[in-house]
Formats: sequence, C-alpha cells, structure tokens
Amino acid sequence: MSSPNISSLGIKDFLAQDEKKDLLRLLTAGSVDDGKSTLIGRLLNDSKRLYDDQLEALQRDSKRVGNAGDEIDYALLLDGLKAEREQGITIDVAYRYFSTSKRKFIIADTPGHEQYTRNMVTGASTAHLAIVLIDARKGVITQTKRHSFLISLLGIKHVIVAVNKMDLVDYDQQVFESIRSEYLEFTTRLNIPDIQFVPLSALKGDNIVDAGVNMPWYQGASIMTLLETISISSDRNFVDFRFPVQYVSRPNLNFRGFAGRVASGVIRKGDEVVALPSGKRSTVQSIESMGTDVAYAFPPQSIMLTLDDEIDLSRGDMLVRKNNQPQIERHFEAMLVWMDESNLDLNKQYLLKHTTNRVKARIDAIRYGVDVNTLQRFDAETFELNQIGRVVLTCSRNLLFDSYQKNRQTGSFILIDPLTHNTAAVGMIINRVRSEQLPSNISHEIQSTTDRSLIDRGEREKQLSQKAQTFWITGLHASGKNEVAYKLERHLFDLGRTAIVLNGTMLRAGLNRELGFDKADRDENLRRVAEMAKVLNDQGLIVIAVFISPDRETRLQVKEIIGPDRYREIFIDTTLDACQKRDTTGLYAKAAAGRLRHSPGVDSPYESGTADIIISDLEQVDIQDLI
Amino acid sequence: MSKTESYKLTHLQELEAESIHIIREVASEFENPVMMYSIGKDSSVMVKLAQKAFAPGKIPFPLLHIDSHWKFKEMIKFRDEFCSENNINLIVHKNEEGVKQGVGPFTHGSKIHTDTMKTQALLQALDSHKYDAAFGGARRDEEKSRAKERIFSFRDNFHQWDPKNQRPELWNLYNTEVHRGESIRVFPISNWTELDVWQYIRQESIPIVPLYYAKPREVVDMDGQLILVDDDRMPTELSKKKEVRTVRFRTLGCYPLTGAVESEADTIEKIIEEMMTETQSERTTRIIDFDQDGSMEQKKREGYF
Repeated sequence: MSSPNISSLGIKDFLAQDEKKDLLRLLTAGSVDDGKSTLIGRLLNDSKRLYDDQLEALQRDSKRVGNAGDEIDYALLLDGLKAEREQGITIDVAYRYFSTSKRKFIIADTPGHEQYTRNMVTGASTAHLAIVLIDARKGVITQTKRHSFLISLLGIKHVIVAVNKMDLVDYDQQVFESIRSEYLEFTTRLNIPDIQFVPLSALKGDNIVDAGVNMPWYQGASIMTLLETISISSDRNFVDFRFPVQYVSRPNLNFRGFAGRVASGVIRKGDEVVALPSGKRSTVQSIESMGTDVAYAFPPQSIMLTLDDEIDLSRGDMLVRKNNQPQIERHFEAMLVWMDESNLDLNKQYLLKHTTNRVKARIDAIRYGVDVNTLQRFDAETFELNQIGRVVLTCSRNLLFDSYQKNRQTGSFILIDPLTHNTAAVGMIINRVRSEQLPSNISHEIQSTTDRSLIDRGEREKQLSQKAQTFWITGLHASGKNEVAYKLERHLFDLGRTAIVLNGTMLRAGLNRELGFDKADRDENLRRVAEMAKVLNDQGLIVIAVFISPDRETRLQVKEIIGPDRYREIFIDTTLDACQKRDTTGLYAKAAAGRLRHSPGVDSPYESGTADIIISDLEQVDIQDLI
Repeated sequence: MSKTESYKLTHLQELEAESIHIIREVASEFENPVMMYSIGKDSSVMVKLAQKAFAPGKIPFPLLHIDSHWKFKEMIKFRDEFCSENNINLIVHKNEEGVKQGVGPFTHGSKIHTDTMKTQALLQALDSHKYDAAFGGARRDEEKSRAKERIFSFRDNFHQWDPKNQRPELWNLYNTEVHRGESIRVFPISNWTELDVWQYIRQESIPIVPLYYAKPREVVDMDGQLILVDDDRMPTELSKKKEVRTVRFRTLGCYPLTGAVESEADTIEKIIEEMMTETQSERTTRIIDFDQDGSMEQKKREGYF
C-alpha cells in the first residue's frame, strides 16, 4: 500500500486523515471450506500490519502476503466463543473491525451451518456490500445461489464475487470466466445492481491487497482496492424525507424537541413538514445534529428538530413532506424470514416493531414459501426456522411505510412473539394490499367497516382535538331544544371544536322533503338523520341533532346506528304548559283546534326513559355539564 | 458548513449517530434504565453521547458506579468532580457486606474479590433498583467473546447471558421486550474500536482520568505487573519495594488488579501513537482476564459486564 501512512505523516496528520475516513459495512458469505476465514484473517492482519510496519519503519520486513509457508491458522484469529472452540464450529454472527488509510470497515462474519439463513440475514441487514466466496474448483453451487438470493432479498447493492483457490486450478482464466458467466446468468433473476468479480488465492495472497504475479491476465482491482473505493454514499435514499419521531424532549417550557434518526431524504431549516398520522402542518424551526445547530440533515444522522407550531407529535409519529408521503395502511404484503424455533402461527397475535412504532399484528395468509436453494416457490401452511416466504399481514393500527426496495428503514420490521419475546421473524414490506386482493377471511372485516379512507376516525379526531359524537336533543315541540342546541354549538365553537347542528326544519327543507308526517315517514326521517350523524362523526365532527323523537324504540334505533359510545341523549323535560307558552309557530294552537293529529304531548305520548341527561329547568342549564 | 450540501458522514459521525439512536431508544422503550459508569475512557465517551442525545435537556436516567472499594483514588475524585460539574444524577453502590468482611484482592485474590465486590455488587444494585435496562461501555473489538454479543443483550431473571440463545438483531430495530425481572444490557458503543474512542475523546475534548497519561508514579512490580501504590492497604512487604517509574494506565479498575505500562505518552496524540504501535491488546494489563480459559465469557454468563 503506497498511501500516506502514520510514520510519514506524523501522528497529528495521521489523525487528521483518520478522522475523514468513512465507514463501510460488509458481509462475508461462504464457508470455511471456501477459504473465508483465510480471507478475513488476511484483511484484518494486513490492515493491522499497515500500522505496525509503517510506524516502526519496518519496511524491510515486507507486509507482502505471499508466504505460502506461513502456517498461521487464521480461523483461530476469528474464533470467539468457548462453545465454538469446543464444537469446532462458529454458531453466530460476529463483527470484526479493521481500517486502512482510506476507510474503516465493519465485517459481519456470518458463518454457520443449519442456522445459515438466520445469521446471514442478520448480517446483511446493515451491510453495504457483500463478498461472495466461490471455490474455483466447485464453481457456482447451491450455497452460492442461496447466499446471493439472501443478499438480493436484503437489498445489498454491491457484491464482490471472490473466486478463491485459483492456485488449485492453475490460475486458469477459463475457469474464472466460466464461473463469471454462470453467476451472471443466475443473478438475472435477482436484484443486485453492482457485481464485481475477482480471481483470488487467499492462501497465497493474490489479489487480496496486491495483484501478485500469478494472474497477469486479470487487469482488475484487488479485493482491498475494491473495498476501499466502491462508492456507497449514493446508495442511501436522499429523496423521500421520512423522520420517525423517536423521543420527545421537553427540558423546559420553552423547548420541545423531536429526536430521531433521519430514515431517508434531506430536511432543511424552514422546510414545511406534515406530521403523520395527524396530517398537521408545521415548519422546521431548528435542526440540531451532533450537538451543533445545522442548516440541513440527512440519513443516517441522529438529530433533534424543533417546529414553529405546537403541534401534537409523539413517538411513532412521522414527519414527512406534503407532496411525498409514505403509505398509510393496516394491511400489507411482505417477505418474511422466520427466525424462531417455534413455527409461524396464523392464530397468534405478534408484536410488530416498525420504525419507532409498535403495534399488534396477525399473519392472515401465506402466499407462498421460497426454497432458498432453488428459488422455487412452494405452498406453505406455516414457516419454520430459516424459512422464507411471502405473507399478508394485518396490524392493529395503520403503519406509515414504504416498500423495502424503496426504503430500507421504513420498509423493514420485526415480529416479536408475545409470550416468549423472541424475535420470531423479520420482514421486508412489498406493498399495501388492495382490498379485492385480500384473503377472504379478512375482506369481510374490511367491508363491514364503512371507512375505507386512508385516514381513520381516530386520526381525524386527533387532528381536530375532539371526540366525534352526537348530542341527540329530544323533547316536546317548543321545549327549548334549539335554544340548548345553539348554546351548545356556541360553547363548543368557543372551545375550538367543530360541531354541526341538524334539525327537522333544515333537513325537511331539502334532503328529506318527500317525507310526510305519518309514523313511517317520521321514522325514516330519523333513520336518515342518524345515518347522516354517523357519517359526520366518522369525519371527526361533532353533531348536535335536534328532534322531538318521542318514540323510545326509534331513539334506540338511532343510538344503534350512531353507535352507543358516540350517542349522548339530552332530554328537555318541560311541561306541555310551558311549551305551549313558548310556542311561536302556532303548532299547539293548531293541535288544540284539532287541525293537527299525532302531536306529541297533545294526542300522542312522549316516551321518556332513555336519556343520558335530563334538563328540567332551562334557566339552570350549565352547558359545560352537557359535554 | 459549506454552501454546497454534502451528504457524507465520517466514520465517527456515523458511529455517533448510531450510538445516539440506541441511547434514545432505551430512554423511550424502558421504564427504568440506568447507565453503568466505570469512570474509564469508554464510559466517558458513552456519557458524552448520552449528553448529546438529550441536549439541551438532562440525561433522563441515572449513572450507576459499582465501587469495588479498591478503585484508584484519582478515579473517585474524577468521578465526583465530573458528575457534580455536569449535574449528573450518580448512584454509587458498594457491597457493604464485602467491605465489612474486609474482602480485597491482596487478602482474597482476584477471583473472590472480583466476584464479591464487582459481580455481586452489580447484581445487588441491579436487583434493588429493579432496572430493566443497563447501558455498558463494552466494545466488540475488545475481546473475542464480545464480537458476537448483541447491542441489546438479553439477561434472564438471574442476569445471565446465554450466548447460544441471543435475539437476532437486524437493521436498527431492537427487540426491547422483557418480562418482569428480566433485563437488557445495552452496549451503545459496540461498533467503536479503541482508536475510534481515542479519536472521539480528542475531537470532543472529553475529560478523562489523569491516570491515562504518563507521569512519574510510585509502583511495585507484582508478578510482572506494575502496580500503583495507591494507599496503605497494600501490604508493606510489597509497598516497601516501591520505585518511581514513568507509567500510565491503558485501562482502569481496582488498583491492585490493574497493571501500569511504562510510557512517555502524556498527551492524547502520544497515547494513540503508542497504541498504534502496540501489538498487545489493551486488556492484557487486566489481571482478571487471565484467570482461566474463556474467562471473560464465563464472567459474562454469570452477570459481569
């Protein structure tokens, strides 16, 4: 390596250079048989030796790696747990660290046998790049395909195919070329945008750091050079701004900061944002990153935002841009990787963690399983440990998500077993599910809920800061119902609530104008009012309905339509005498003259006994008590 | 910041962002978290990250120091000054029973001392305060068994770690679910290397215990380890052999169990330079690691950090 080093730079300049390095996370896929440990051992060792050699000016003792007689057991260097030493196998994911003069590296080393899928998926979830090792003598084998499928599934964009043990095939270019074309042919079925091939002898050191002398036909870069130079900064999503609120900080009355990690996109001071799920808008007032005030922020920074307005926002909510919003859905399809010893259970309610949100979730249907060795789909009743497949999920609440392919951060989730708390599965969201494509067991549930809007009533209520309900004001004609209703409306308005008064005069003038006054038409009139109140309540609005509604049975029906928990009945219990005195419409006079039949209180009864609140003295009414 | 926007982070900025995310996640998801504070350099970095995570607010959880009764005097002084200057809520716990019985490394040996005054003391503190999450400053590059430990590492009712039964950890989605009595050890600087820690201390001017810097100190050679004569609890047959040497400490713990190294490194830059040329890992001056094969893993299974 001819780059500037610590001895030629001096410590301060070395540190200044070191500070500027970026970080590359990589995954190594392959078994010990492929020479993986030897490769990692070399990468660790050669990079470490970089410091020793150069600092101690021991240049004469070359860091050249071609000592075939070097009997170091590199696997021991990587060896970790006692159990493994005893069993002679590696059982899990281990993380290794090394750095060169250009970059720092974190290797997720995921060896193992039966547990391979689970471990590899874990390591791949944070990796920018994967090295796939192929034994030159064996070529593209089942294991290679399995690794590559998982790499593609987890969305790693860069793959280095290391064709190792070239020394055992006489450094034959033909062998290398045929492996290359076979691999490329296979990966047309996958989604890996950047694939590079390097012929290698990990044992002898060819093309690990330096080219070596054995493969003059190979003009490409060594593994180390590729690792140091592959650009990863453009892999992140800088387009779709998503900021899941992780923590709300209120150290004093004057400061309310929203802490979290920028999942994707770029945000600048002064930008307009929309809070989801409430839909409220605000403007970014300040951004703090790494303890300093900054003008903009981008992934994967951990920042603290403040907003211009005091909008309600808590953990699990998300800040986005008005014209670029995630999907808001309870039902979606995802690829699952089963991670737990206990199998997938369609009847179980799992905990689902997604961004900073946690909801309950159920797996409604398994679309298919995927055989990781053949990539063939199969019908599955359940998934067991290490199995992969496509499922339909339903959550207890809407999630704010993107497809995993578009956004690794907002498209990934984990399922947690509610009893054992094991991480049962991990998932990558494909898309929301259109209702007509939902499995039959849940489509009924959808149809029975009239609200198919992307916004549910709870969200609307949250935005309007009110409980959507219907005040049903009942009582004799001219008992003072409208007076109470408009006072109530005024009071709610002054509190900042949104309420709508519905009364008979209003509705019979238009919507219900064909209806008469016989029992059937009066019932139909009230049925329509109840349905309308329900629609308005579903929109988050408060309804004040003013109707004589003298029949007990009819009011119970109204209550049933609106929903008992949203229906509040207020009965104005005044005497007929008082009503007749208040009456300015002449209705009671007409009734008394016998020109009007079925007039409640006069010749037909008012059936009381269902009210939540009874007002018997209009002078003493405290409107506050009604709500 | 220049006019043209750059969307690149240095490795330290990326590690910092990850650590702050982890620390905030714990504050959000657990009812009663605590941050283990060993007074060492890794702890100092971890506390700095916690300060940043919640600034301008205070750190919303206490720091817990397990005082083994045998720490260097300079550590205790540094701890008290640092915490009071930074308005940090510090809890100190000692195994009073052990103190009463006079347990110490000189009389009882490193194994019994560590078990009684560190491991047992830690478990007492965790049990009595019923913490459901405890931050530790361990790094994966420190020691082989740690390379596989999760960032959120599950502990059962007995505070035990089962390396064969760890929860898979993907993306930055951490499984924080525990039943009553169970807990999670959280290692927010898992992915930092020793060099990263020193670089960060330098970059952020983080105060550290002066013992890390070389200066002439009174030490005795105890089985090849240079032990500081920190107080008169050192047996006189040992302390009478004391000599002044220019030394520093690469790691801090109980003074009779922590060997000094001869060094001229009296600045952070010199410490880093020395570290880069050093071939032995930092823990070779920690005596407890050599007790038995796989020793650290054994201690971790038993509940030690």
